[in-house]
Order: sequence, then structure tokens, then C-alpha cells
Amino acid sequence: MITVRTVERPPRDLAVQVFLLEVVKGLGVTYRHFFVNLWRHLLGLAGGRPAGSPPAAAWGGSPRGRASRPPSGRALAARGAVTVQYPEEPAVLGRRARTRHRLLKRPDGAPRCTSCLLCETVCPARCIRITAEDSPDPGIEKRARTFEIDMGLCVFCGHCVEACPVDAIRMDTGDMELPALHRREMIWDMKALMEDS
Amino acid sequence: MSILWVLVKLGAALGFGMSWAAFLGWVERKQSAVMQDRIGANRADILGFKLIGLFHTIADPIKLLTKEDFVPANVNKTFHAAAPALALGFPLLALAAFPFGGTFTVGGWTLSLQPLGSKVGLLYVLAMLAVGIHGVVMAGYASNSCYGLMGGLRGASQMLAYEVCLATTMAGAVFLYGTLDLAEAVRWQARMLGGWLPAWGIVFQPLGFVLFLVAGAALTKRTPFDLPEGESEIVGFHVEYSGMKFGMFMMTDLIESVVVCCLAATLFLGGWHAPFLPLDGLVGAAVMVGAFTAKVALVMFLLMQVRWTLPRFRFDQLLDLGWKGVLPAGLLNFFLTAWGIYLWR
Repeated sequence: MITVRTVERPPRDLAVQVFLLEVVKGLGVTYRHFFVNLWRHLLGLAGGRPAGSPPAAAWGGSPRGRASRPPSGRALAARGAVTVQYPEEPAVLGRRARTRHRLLKRPDGAPRCTSCLLCETVCPARCIRITAEDSPDPGIEKRARTFEIDMGLCVFCGHCVEACPVDAIRMDTGDMELPALHRREMIWDMKALMEDS
Repeated sequence: MSILWVLVKLGAALGFGMSWAAFLGWVERKQSAVMQDRIGANRADILGFKLIGLFHTIADPIKLLTKEDFVPANVNKTFHAAAPALALGFPLLALAAFPFGGTFTVGGWTLSLQPLGSKVGLLYVLAMLAVGIHGVVMAGYASNSCYGLMGGLRGASQMLAYEVCLATTMAGAVFLYGTLDLAEAVRWQARMLGGWLPAWGIVFQPLGFVLFLVAGAALTKRTPFDLPEGESEIVGFHVEYSGMKFGMFMMTDLIESVVVCCLAATLFLGGWHAPFLPLDGLVGAAVMVGAFTAKVALVMFLLMQVRWTLPRFRFDQLLDLGWKGVLPAGLLNFFLTAWGIYLWR
């Protein structure tokens, strides 16, 4: 049954209408942040540590760019700034962040992919190209002969991962630094995609 | 000698404005960063020394100067080029009228630290601030772009509203000091009440000071009053500008802020007056200039914090605040001041 819940509008009495008091309140909040952070920066400088750039290990950063555990808000706030100096420090990614794809292997090293083309079909950016071949295993009908992803086109939506019926493709490498000097180099083939598996 | 001294002072006033503009670019980025739990500008370095990002004051102008200065095909080339110069020039001229210090005696010479002393210094400053809007309107008109024109018109309307407000909020102080001469106004304030309380304008005109800050912030076209720019809606009067011409508009806002802060320091915070410190001789000259600069910096710190705290007004709210809020309150302040002076005498 549909019910209507009436939400009380906050009263706009004179103190709010004059606006000046609210401005002072807001300034109080921002000034508090300013001076607390300034004090923390000064403490950091006094401790010989450049403000905002602690050693990466201090908050669980790993060389692969994936934090084992996202740093807590309190740990970051104690530095006076939550900034991550990205190129020098590894980026902090969420546990479920979608990053560069990888293809999973069967125990014998062949790709899990059965060339069903569901990922190629669902891909909104049309960045996946698959060609199929017969699988030597009689229990499996097909397998991928080539599997290419054009990282220059990929929008990292993760639909391919969702669509895959055999869990052959995942986007959990933690690798998001994919620049290349040539468009051709942006296309990752099956060998490269399987390296992480 | 006196001509030379005036030229030196004029150059110093110009340098005062320009170095503030460069410095404020850094302050703006750094202060906003610290209050938003960020770090802010910290990339520019010379031989590995970063000096808490201060080299950005050099890096920013170099970048702006070396960028392509693109002039769109359909703009009015003359006005397009003249607008930034007009916008930047007049606030800089206004700086010449401020008393950076009183008079001091050294080696038999009695020297004034005010570049251009005038009986109507306050009117001169107001006039320069008002004329400065021509650059904004001209930029909007010459750009041959509806967004630019909209920004220019907004700027003109806003300036009209808040120039009136600004004059009204200062009227109480002027009535109290009985002069439009900025140096005389400071001399009126440069004394102690009961031996401990400086007789600065803010003591007598607290309401006037607050209203002045509101109107002054609006006059500088910076957030929350940055309707002429309004980058999220119309980009504004400088939408067709690039390179250093755009940078000049940015500097205009900062230098107008400096002018407003100088006005606040001169009229409400006792100008060069520093209690319990020597104000004569070479030491006194340094103290006076230092006190004035410190007061300007203090007001600027507040204005900068306001700029990064409040969101932008809607245009009708902006005009409402000016015509229905600040102006009547300023008139009330003026009336109360006049009444107080009448009762006191």
C-alpha cells in the first residue's frame, strides 16, 4: 500500500534568513579544518617528513597498485591531508575496483574461454575480438584461438566479466597504467592477458 | 627629490599590487587545499627544492605568458585587446591613493609614505573601482559571444548594486572621521582609548565593517559573488580569452581584493597604526608599512576563507542581498552613527 510521508521542512527563522550567522557557522567549520590540518602539517614538517607523503607501506600500499586494505579515514586524516601523491605513491584502489582484464587458464594451461562470444556481444565499446578453434578436449566444444582486447576502446564497465558463463575473464589485476606510444600497442592479445593467471 | 620620492612610492604601490596578485594565486590554492584536507600546489620545484609550493607563483605567470594567445575570428580586435588592460589597470591605479604609512623623518627630510595624498582619496578609490568594470563589460561586448555578453552584463549590474552598497557602508566611518582623506582617516584612528584600546574604526563601526566586507567581497567578483564568471553556467565575460589576457582578468579579481582589503585596513583597522610601537624614523617607517601589510593580509585571509566556504548566489539572490539587505543595513548604520555623534557632542 502506498503511503505518504510528510517531511517537515526545516524552519527558516530570522537567524537563517539573515544568513550572516550561518556564514559564521560555515566559516567555523572551514577554519577548524584549516587550523587542525595546518597544525598536522607543521607536526609532519617538524618530524622531518614532508607533509602528505608518508612511506607507502604505512597504509598498506603494494607495488602492484592495490592496497591490501584501504587506509582508514582516521589514518589519512592524521596526516592533515587525504591526498595520495599518485605517481610517486601507488594508487589506492577499492577492493572491487575494475582494472585491466586477465584471462584465466585451465589446469593444463589452455584458456578457460569457450569462445561463446557473450562478452564480445555484450561489450558496449566493442573492444573484444575473439576467434575460435576446436578444443582437443572432447568434453569441451570450442576454445579461444585468439582473444584481443583493445584497451584504448575499453570503458572498463565490467559487463564482459558479468556475462562470462565460465568465469574466464576477470578485471582484478590492479593494473590501470596502460598507456602506450602507439594505438597498435593498446591491443592486448591472449598471451598477454593470460600472463597474470 | 620630491618628484623622485613620489615615483618611488608609485612604483612601490604597483609592486605591492602585483606581488600580492602573484602571491595570492599561491595562497588561494594552498589555503583552499589545507581547509579541504588536501595538499595543494606542490609540484613546481627548482633543483628539487619545492618550498611548500611557492615556486608556483613563478611557474603560473610563465605558463600563462607562454601559452597561445588565441583571438577568435569574429571578435572586435581593438576592444578585445583593450579590455583586460582596462580591467587590470584601474584597480592598480586605485592602489596609489592608499597611505601605506604616515610621515617619518630621516636625515632632515620629512617623507610621506602615501604615494598620492588627496583630500578626496576615498572618492578616487571608489571611482577607480567603478571604472574598472568597463574592462569587464567591454570584454563581454567585444567577445561577440552571448555567454561573454551575459557575463559582462551581470558584472555591470552587480557592480552598480554593490558600488552603492560599498559607499553606503563606508559612509558611517567617513562621517565619524569627518574626512575623505585616507591619511587623515588613519590619523584620526591612530590613538589609544583609555591607554589600551586602539581607536580603530572597527571599534566604532562593527556593523559597518561587516557590511563593508560583504559589499567588498561582492565588488571583487569572487565566489560567492562570481556571477560574471560563473564557470559552471556561463563561463562569463572572459570566455573568449586565453593566455595572459585571461591571466590579467584573474589578476584583476585578486588586485580588486587587495584594494578592498586596503580600504578595510585603512578605514576600519587603523591603517598603518600599530599600538605601542615606534612610528617615526626608518624603524617607524618599516613598522608602519609592516602593520598596514599585516592588516591587509589579515582581511585577505578572511576573504579567502569566505571565498572557499560559500557556494555561489543565484543572480536574483545576489541583487536582493545588495539592494534589500546590505544597502538598508548600511543606511541604518549611517543613521545610527550620525545619531551617536549628535548625542556624543
